[in-house]
Amino acid sequence: MPAPLIKFYQTGTFTIGNRLLDEEALSVQADELRPNVLTSGHRACQGCGEALGARYALDAAMRAAGDQIIVANATGCLEVFSTPYPESSWRVAWMHSLFGNAAAVATGIAAAMKVKGRPNVRVIAQGGDGGTTDIGLGCLSGMFERNDDVLYICYDNEAYMNTGVQRSSATPPAARTATTPAVGSQPGNSFGHGKSIPLIAMAHRIPYAATASVADLRDLEYKINKAMRIHGARYVHVHVPCPLGWGADPRDTVRVARLAIETGLFPLFEAEFGNITDKTSIRHLKPVEEYLRLQKRFAHLFHSGADQQWIIAIQEIANRNIREFGLLAEVSHA
Amino acid sequence: MLKQVETSRAIAETVALCRPEVICAYPITPQTHIVEALAEMVGAGQLQHCEFINVESEFAALSVAIGASAAGARAYTATASQGLLFMAEAVYNAAGLGLPIVMTIGNRAIGAPINIWNDHSDSMSMRDAGWIQLYAETPQESADLHILAFRVAEELSCPVMVCVDGFVLTHSYEPVDLVTQGDVDAYLPAFEPRQVLDPADPVSIGAMVGPEAFLEVRYLAHHKQLRALECIPELSQEFRERFGHASGGLLRTYRTEGAETIVVALGSVNGTIQEVVDDLRREGSAIGSVSVCCYRPFPLAALRAAIGEAKRVIVVEKSLAPGIGGILSTDVRTALSHTSIPLFTAIAGLGGRAITKASLRGLFKGAEAGVLDALTFLDLHTELIQRHLERESKRRRSGPPAENLLADIRLLAAQIG
Repeated sequence: MPAPLIKFYQTGTFTIGNRLLDEEALSVQADELRPNVLTSGHRACQGCGEALGARYALDAAMRAAGDQIIVANATGCLEVFSTPYPESSWRVAWMHSLFGNAAAVATGIAAAMKVKGRPNVRVIAQGGDGGTTDIGLGCLSGMFERNDDVLYICYDNEAYMNTGVQRSSATPPAARTATTPAVGSQPGNSFGHGKSIPLIAMAHRIPYAATASVADLRDLEYKINKAMRIHGARYVHVHVPCPLGWGADPRDTVRVARLAIETGLFPLFEAEFGNITDKTSIRHLKPVEEYLRLQKRFAHLFHSGADQQWIIAIQEIANRNIREFGLLAEVSHA
Repeated sequence: MLKQVETSRAIAETVALCRPEVICAYPITPQTHIVEALAEMVGAGQLQHCEFINVESEFAALSVAIGASAAGARAYTATASQGLLFMAEAVYNAAGLGLPIVMTIGNRAIGAPINIWNDHSDSMSMRDAGWIQLYAETPQESADLHILAFRVAEELSCPVMVCVDGFVLTHSYEPVDLVTQGDVDAYLPAFEPRQVLDPADPVSIGAMVGPEAFLEVRYLAHHKQLRALECIPELSQEFRERFGHASGGLLRTYRTEGAETIVVALGSVNGTIQEVVDDLRREGSAIGSVSVCCYRPFPLAALRAAIGEAKRVIVVEKSLAPGIGGILSTDVRTALSHTSIPLFTAIAGLGGRAITKASLRGLFKGAEAGVLDALTFLDLHTELIQRHLERESKRRRSGPPAENLLADIRLLAAQIG
């Protein structure tokens, strides 16, 4: 079952009328008594998608676990902007160890809770795309393979933002980063086959893997809530635009994230034990150009005289996603 | 109760008596028998209330231990050589966070060239990581030090490495006095962490610290080590009273009264050294030795006192800092500052090379006769070195050194044959 069972969209917008919903169907964020796990005063940039995603996800997890959660955080923006000594924005038991070991640290915490007979305490590991898709992949895969009782949340902003926007294995083709400059015959990041951690997670046949986006709060909360009701290794991959690294207007964070979904570049889906069980169909299909134009990291694709083949190639990626995930099919559960 | 047992088994049984709650295992020779035995004990229900986790790397092994320890569980792991290097980042992290993890090191050489045999290169590479390092001299001490290690670690909130010579100790069979659960429980109280991840009282562990307080955090790590210098002798004394035999302490002297020559070493080689000391004493030499058990923190004052009025000090060490020589020697030299006692370094036993009584005897006699160089490589095969250097001077593409040396050994052996 997908996130919201009922959607009261106001005409022409994506605003969901909270006041028309039953109390239990309200989003956690709509509650003035929400946990605010990542509270104000942190040092994230204006419009930071990761700060938004982390608060959404952890508030939902807190609510689902009756406030009994412990978080292991990988090194990265989220860790740095939330805990400049001697301050901390975390209103949760939280630990940072290293860049590449968040999943393993979480395994250790989960083992401690098990041995101490505290099954109600739930363990979450979280990191950015660098800490997840690159340097932390070994520990992540180990945690998946052992089916440790950990929910790993990746906040994917598609590059190493904390160190100044360098390429990660989650950086999309043609994107300009500090280590993939827009020069030469193939401008920006190279066109490879990418590296999908959600698909890698599914290959481990873990009980639950899903993608989510800060553009769809209800869907994100639904998936975190669902993940929290399952035991074993779980993975949620959240798309979080980075205004600084992507060269997008801070006020457009949610807009950019939504366009990633509506172009087909970031498919939203859920999988259980390695099989896709649901996906979010695209309501209004958009050409990738609309998504790309909002971001300076793709500006070189639109310069006069720029080779059109790159945008066509990116559109091909979106088309492939739409095809493979069936993103234009009617919503089956409607 | 004395039991004829492989040291690794004795270590595992002793670790089990310490009631570890999380054990992380990743195989690497020569520590593997320890975690194998623990897996068996957990599986058979002999060791209860313990999670045994097979991880995918040493980096994960220590990371799992970090998470477990921060969540208030008594955590244990074991590694060696490349494994210790692979987890290096987590080694520093565990100490920086002040997590009282105990880890056995089955001391082994570091490659290249890859070598599974004993020396101290691995633990020496982590000597500045902020862990307490204890070196076992005998199978008995290899087991005992783990009880002391958990006690010291939790007393100070500081991780402890118990360094056990690979094969020489880990795979040897000797009678070991295995202690009882009751005595261990009386000596080692339940783990009461100073900091713990608890949803009921949430804290942030591992925050970023900038220039304004980093020095102070690091100073406290040093301060903790200085406290260990006081705490280890006390807890070793308590150990002796509880278990009826001595293990641990900062260092142990052997026939140093009136000694003009004092030999300093870490670990199992002290047994051989003591036999040579006995031989030379019988022949009239004024010689004694010091076995350093606690290498980090380094017991400067205790060593200075042990050396006393000796006329020379010889450090026999199983590690090499290329470009300067000895590593333990550097610390011993610090202990000798403000004295004019000459210090000699002998690099010995690298990669499992046997340290024979005959070679040690020659070394010590050479020092007594005043013909020993400041830095000696014990039993260095100079002809092999010569052949290699000549080859390099003649040909640009002289090839991989290790393979060439092995080829030369075969050639030389054939000539002798």
